[in-house]
Amino acid sequence: MSSSNSVEGSYSKRCAACKHLRRRCAEDCVLAPYFPATHPERFECVHKIFGAGNVARMLKTLPVQERAQAADSLSAEAYWRVRDPVYGSTGIVIQTNQEISATQCELAKIRAQISMYEARRATEQQLPPPPPPQVVMLNLVD
Amino acid sequence: MGGTSPCASCKLLRRRCTKDCIFAPFFPSDDPHKFAIVHKVFGASNVSKMLQELPVQQRADAVSSLVYEANARMRDPVYGCVGAISFLQNQVSQLQMQLAVAQAEILCIQMQQEPQMPESQEITVSEAERSYLMQNNLMGGMPQLMSFASPSNNVGQEPLKRESLWT
Repeated sequence: MSSSNSVEGSYSKRCAACKHLRRRCAEDCVLAPYFPATHPERFECVHKIFGAGNVARMLKTLPVQERAQAADSLSAEAYWRVRDPVYGSTGIVIQTNQEISATQCELAKIRAQISMYEARRATEQQLPPPPPPQVVMLNLVD
Repeated sequence: MGGTSPCASCKLLRRRCTKDCIFAPFFPSDDPHKFAIVHKVFGASNVSKMLQELPVQQRADAVSSLVYEANARMRDPVYGCVGAISFLQNQVSQLQMQLAVAQAEILCIQMQQEPQMPESQEITVSEAERSYLMQNNLMGGMPQLMSFASPSNNVGQEPLKRESLWT
């Protein structure tokens, strides 16, 4: 009883990757810290796009302190690729670039308008003031 | 004998390149690096499955985006394409801030150039005077001024109306 419980216990501690791949989750499983059993869809996405072997290899080549970020970015890319099988995360890059172009265009237009107003104001200020009315001094002497 | 050379993927995978090879249209033999990085990041079988699930006319775009992402991942093994997206989104935020500042500036300029309201030409009550009158409960003066400005108001009935106007 206790042995089966311990077996069940060890099985229940498998990470999402090892559960999905139906294998024993080793103590030093490289995927376990980043693909917990509580979020199986995260690993399924990554496995579908990159493959468990590729992900494990990529994480192993990185220092431990950078692996969490790498796992997150791989998960994000896999998620976007599943949502958009043609463009994936590249679609987000394209969209964001378009947004940048549109905003730059808008900004340039408004800055041009501001420059126009300022030029007009500068021109108006440079106009000489109307001459004061001349006082004619009548020379009555002589 | 007179067969075409194998595509870059079949060369790398060391297999016979059939005429319906799914990779051949997109990974020509003269650019082996392109397939090499896609294979390294995604794996040939995953790429093959992804392409098979797409209509033929969309496969070229899919390959281009996969190559782009694979390149990004090779350049930045930690953040890959997500790093580029973060950088671009920062640019968007900065530009939007600059745009907001410019829009506020032009709004100020436009407001400064608005013509004076013709109704208040005869009697102009400055904002300071108005708030002084309101604070000191001298609201009786206001409707009269308003009625002077707009002669259609009936001054006799003002006291009741004043309360509803100003409370």
